[in-house]
Amino acid sequence: MRTDNFMRILLVATASISVLIVALIFLFLGKEAMPFAFEPGIGKLFDSGWVPVSFQEERFGIYPLVAGSSLVTVLAMLISIPLSVVGAIYISEVAQPMEREILKPFIEILASIPSVVLGFFGLLVLAPLVKDVFGLNSGLNALTASLLLALMALPTIITISEDALASVPQSFKQASLALGASELQTIFKVTVPAALPGIMAAIMLGIGRVIGETMAVLMVSGNSAIISFFPLDPIRTMTATIAAEMGEVPFGSHHYQALFWIGLILLFVTFLLNAFSRIILKKYGMAQ
Amino acid sequence: MVKMQESNTAIQAMDVSFFYGPNQALFNISLDVAPKRVTALIGPSGCGKSTFLRCLNRMNDIIPKTRLTGKVLINGQDIYDAKENIVDLRKQVGMVFQKSNPFPKSIFDNVAYGPRIHKLHDRKRLAEIVEKSLRRAALWDEVKDRLGENAMGLSGGQQQRLCIARALAVDPQILLMDEPASALDPKSTTHIEDLIGELRQDYTIVIVTHNMQQAARVSDTTAFFYEGRLIELGRTKRIFTKPKEKQTEDYITGRFG
Amino acid sequence: MSGNLSQKLSYQLLRLITYGIVLCIGYILFDVIRHGLPVINWDFLTSFPRRSGSEGGILPAIVGTFYLTVGTIMVALPLGIGCAIYLAEYAEQNRFSELVRLAIITLAGVPSIVYGLFGLGLFVIFCRFGTSILAGSLTLACMVLPIIIVTSEEALRAVPRGFREASLALGATKWQTIRTNVLPYSISGMITGSILAIGRAAGETAPILLTVAAFFLPKLPGSVFDQVMALPYHLYILATQHPETEKVLPLQYGTALVLLMLVLGMNIGAIVIRIYFRKKYKW
Repeated sequence: MRTDNFMRILLVATASISVLIVALIFLFLGKEAMPFAFEPGIGKLFDSGWVPVSFQEERFGIYPLVAGSSLVTVLAMLISIPLSVVGAIYISEVAQPMEREILKPFIEILASIPSVVLGFFGLLVLAPLVKDVFGLNSGLNALTASLLLALMALPTIITISEDALASVPQSFKQASLALGASELQTIFKVTVPAALPGIMAAIMLGIGRVIGETMAVLMVSGNSAIISFFPLDPIRTMTATIAAEMGEVPFGSHHYQALFWIGLILLFVTFLLNAFSRIILKKYGMAQ
Repeated sequence: MVKMQESNTAIQAMDVSFFYGPNQALFNISLDVAPKRVTALIGPSGCGKSTFLRCLNRMNDIIPKTRLTGKVLINGQDIYDAKENIVDLRKQVGMVFQKSNPFPKSIFDNVAYGPRIHKLHDRKRLAEIVEKSLRRAALWDEVKDRLGENAMGLSGGQQQRLCIARALAVDPQILLMDEPASALDPKSTTHIEDLIGELRQDYTIVIVTHNMQQAARVSDTTAFFYEGRLIELGRTKRIFTKPKEKQTEDYITGRFG
Repeated sequence: MSGNLSQKLSYQLLRLITYGIVLCIGYILFDVIRHGLPVINWDFLTSFPRRSGSEGGILPAIVGTFYLTVGTIMVALPLGIGCAIYLAEYAEQNRFSELVRLAIITLAGVPSIVYGLFGLGLFVIFCRFGTSILAGSLTLACMVLPIIIVTSEEALRAVPRGFREASLALGATKWQTIRTNVLPYSISGMITGSILAIGRAAGETAPILLTVAAFFLPKLPGSVFDQVMALPYHLYILATQHPETEKVLPLQYGTALVLLMLVLGMNIGAIVIRIYFRKKYKW
């Protein structure tokens, strides 16, 4: 009985550590970022120029970086959502059982490829391709980054959507088939609508993955902190900015603090996306 | 510690009510169980008979947000008393479940599991206990040559008898059986029923069953539960021939299920 | 029947797109293997880089990644499994367990570069570990924690309730029950989770960028307070920061392939273990 109580306390303590880590993440990002709010002031972040190292005037406007992140995220999702939802439908509803058992792990492999390897592939294969197709000087731009990111979002969206589709009760489908609907009609009029909340949650998690992705975009997006919504322009995302600049920045400088602000913003955005998708999944009984 | 004492009640439930969260599942059940007798709890599904059975060895404790009021005395001790040791209680009160649930270990290890967690590691003693328990459960002759094999390879009826042997190995005085034959074929069911007939000489048995013929065949006393209440309690023969309550009569004559 | 025909055509379209995705994945693997394989030999794996990474091998990066993953798993495994046992066996539906679950979901979604910032702020600066194996491993451990928790909890929940009830009914305490009758049957799932976590830790660049990784080191690390080179960071440096990126292309492919094999090997290993144990334990 003594061991029993001891283990219970130990396990509760262990479980508390995950809560503690989340608290520490918010705390330490905040701690490093906070001085910026007093000097030079938080208003400095809301500016259209990111020129953190300058002999005249340092500028810490995050607009170009937010624009860069938004552009690649939207583009990547435009490419990724149709492909991955179609893939999920095929795997869940059309594929033979054997085929499904092979396709699922194969697509999960994509999720496990390190992002630096994908970035490397993008640099050597995808970027030259984009460059040739559009006749550009360089293939390092928002489009190339988006293509890579779309690829990276695929397994997330496919896997979770597939789960959602597979969890639609068989009786729904049978009822539809019994009414004389074809299999195809049943898929698009019954199964997909029933799984829609799960698919939405999958898409949100995919967006979270894309916004937070660092290495691949750092390597292929062209690294230019300008505000542009043209896919063939080089851009720079929030994540890439942190990765590229944190290494050289003097500790405790305004630049350093501004980078932590970007981290905080990323943290909040991904936190909200995750919380929302969890609420959706929970509401529709797709997560315990 | 609970001491075995000879008395005419092995289990005494006094005014037991039980709640799953806000839902009350048992209403003021008072019931005495005589020692070395078979008591059958019958009633339609959802009537609370299994819930009541699981109150007798505090198995319901593992379900969160449940609550019990009233008293359950075993050999005169209130098992819900804060001082009562739940481990000792469950050693005294064995349980056999509806779905046979052998561990995916060898037959020997299944039966030896109880003694081992109670700190018995002497090989010779363990072997004796295993043999004795398997013999009592009428399984020894079928498995004595393959004690090292995985218990999952046994047939359904054998698995259930193994679970009985496993319960007997910790030397309980009381055996709770929750529909022990409901998942078995008729032949295995007969086997289990015969076994209950043997075990009653040494153990106090409380059995939940939805099979009225089974209750009539194996039990001395029958308690009829309906919607969380104990409707009628009496000698089995009397309950099945001259029920006093209308609901009991309706149930045993098959007017509702 | 025209309805039938359109259904067939639609199915073909769905199949085409799905296999298009598969083909993309296949091509990535093929490209890296084709160019990387000729580079990999014993010398490449066991020698130091020479001429600031223009020649030679990747030994220190392999060793560094090895140290980092070992450090990560040593921290994350006990924490993750403990948390999973709490969630699967002890947690009731209350505020605290909801908070723990929310925390795990949050950890799973935090971008890897944010982990890097966090590790920099907490471990490197506040704890004064400096850029070191210790700081890097702790950062990576926080990142892979949710992977281990989620897979381990699933594994625990897959153990039938009857095992627990039967054990408790025999008078075992809760912890005895878990130790003797739940953990042994969920160990495969925990191994799977740990391997996935190792694979993830080995492949990540962003969190180690700020907490441990070194561009080039002439010798292997001597203590947990040393910096190390790591495979993913080495690849990043060779591909983007090296003065002669064209010339060191074979080295890049070799590094990429080693990293890829390591990570994929881990994942395939996890799948194989899962299948093996699923066959072994059937209930």
